[in-house]
Amino acid sequence: MQYSLLYFETDTERSRRDTADAPAYWGAWTAYMGAMGAAGVMVGGNGLMPPATATTLRLSGATRHVEDGPFADTKEKLGGYVVIEVPDLDAALDWAAQAPCAGAGSVEVRPVMPPAA
Amino acid sequence: MSDDARRAVERVARTSYGRLIALLAARGVGLAAAEDALAQALAAALRVWPTRGVPDLPDAWLLTAARRNLGHDRARRSTADAGVATMVLLDDERAAAAPIPFGPIPFGDERLKLMFVCAHPAIDPGSQPALMLQVVLGLDAATIAASFLVSPAAMGQRLVRAKAKIRDAGIGFVVPPATSIGERTAAVLQAIYAAYATGWEDAAATRPGLADEAMWLARLAVELLPENPEAAGLLALMLYCEARRAARRDPVGRFVPLDRQDTTAWDQAMIAEAEALLRTAARFARPGRFQLEAAIQSLHVMAATTAVPPGALIALYDRLIAVAPTVGAEIARAAALADSGAPAAALDRLDALAERAATHQPWWATRARVLHLLGNHPAAAVAAAKAVSLTDDAAIRAFVAGGGLFN
Repeated sequence: MQYSLLYFETDTERSRRDTADAPAYWGAWTAYMGAMGAAGVMVGGNGLMPPATATTLRLSGATRHVEDGPFADTKEKLGGYVVIEVPDLDAALDWAAQAPCAGAGSVEVRPVMPPAA
Repeated sequence: MSDDARRAVERVARTSYGRLIALLAARGVGLAAAEDALAQALAAALRVWPTRGVPDLPDAWLLTAARRNLGHDRARRSTADAGVATMVLLDDERAAAAPIPFGPIPFGDERLKLMFVCAHPAIDPGSQPALMLQVVLGLDAATIAASFLVSPAAMGQRLVRAKAKIRDAGIGFVVPPATSIGERTAAVLQAIYAAYATGWEDAAATRPGLADEAMWLARLAVELLPENPEAAGLLALMLYCEARRAARRDPVGRFVPLDRQDTTAWDQAMIAEAEALLRTAARFARPGRFQLEAAIQSLHVMAATTAVPPGALIALYDRLIAVAPTVGAEIARAAALADSGAPAAALDRLDALAERAATHQPWWATRARVLHLLGNHPAAAVAAAKAVSLTDDAAIRAFVAGGGLFN
């Protein structure tokens, strides 16, 4: 079964990317992604640029409403995602628990919609 | 003959439903598929047994038929979704390979394992005990709704949502690791108690053996969780109730309230076992809902032979409400208040519960007694009439209608 793991980070956690802490920050993510790759569960995924780079669009009729910033101003923001192939929710939760942001943010685990039969 | 066969199907559905579901789901097919397959097998039994006779091993017949149904289903789907078989394989592999910390948990019975699956933290905690009652013991939504004080429609909704979550989120039928058994125990114990209470109140015996089945699961839980004082507390609580079962009715079947029961009819061996369990549990110094409820029962037993200070019972209810503020505990506390000479305070407490308990028989019965103690006889009679209308138990109806609450 495929699950997407959506990684949410607090501003403080994400700002480590821009400080002397950056090598430790990236090191933890690289090790984590590497472990999923080595276990053969990784289907795909990406890290995302910071929320400040986000642009949100809403269409009303034919009019585009384009705004600066992510879709909602929440304390924890989406930092990246992966899709993994594991037998069940518990296995997905085990991988979610190992994410570097699990202790400084949260991980949402959602089944990926199966292809239409 | 055909009636015999139908009764045989009903009997095996009643006694073996949970065990069969657990055995089917254990093969990695998922709960919904297991339930569908068993439903088909039961339908087949209703068709076949009346003409060909009831098989020697009805459970085994149903299990074989249900497994065949599962196989057909899987084969049908495999053309459209080759992933199903793979998933089953992956599941098996994971079950074989997954290291379980501190060694495997010796689950004595698939039903208890299934209960722990229903207590997965990804399932809404409010739905977990109800889900267990339906999946493991095969109770219908209306019966479950009654024991959880919600409407059958709301309970049906809740169960549908919980099962959809298991199916769609891919919650596996695997023994939870030792580290998470503790977290899931509270919900499992609550469901066992709800099953017991349903069986205990079921004077018409529409589900014979339900209370026994719950007792058995509670014993298994105590064996499985020797470090959990609440499991021991639950078994103790159930033993106290069970010990008095025979004394609840007089020889002609009339209801006998606790304070007028023939104490020689109480099962002293069960009471002794309950007392021992409660002492063992107390050594952990981690009181909880079931230990406190058992302690209250212990006090009732003691009060039959010894003078117990009136404040002791109320103090225990205060502690119980502090950890588990249920409507039932609040009502029982109000009753204890009234009997200790404070009916006005008891009425205040009951009034405060009005919104949550308006269709709850014990609330009306207690209210009737409290109003009677306060000398408000017309209102007491109205409340008693309402209490009569809210129970299906003929003996309790006769007791309340005959003024039993006012003696």
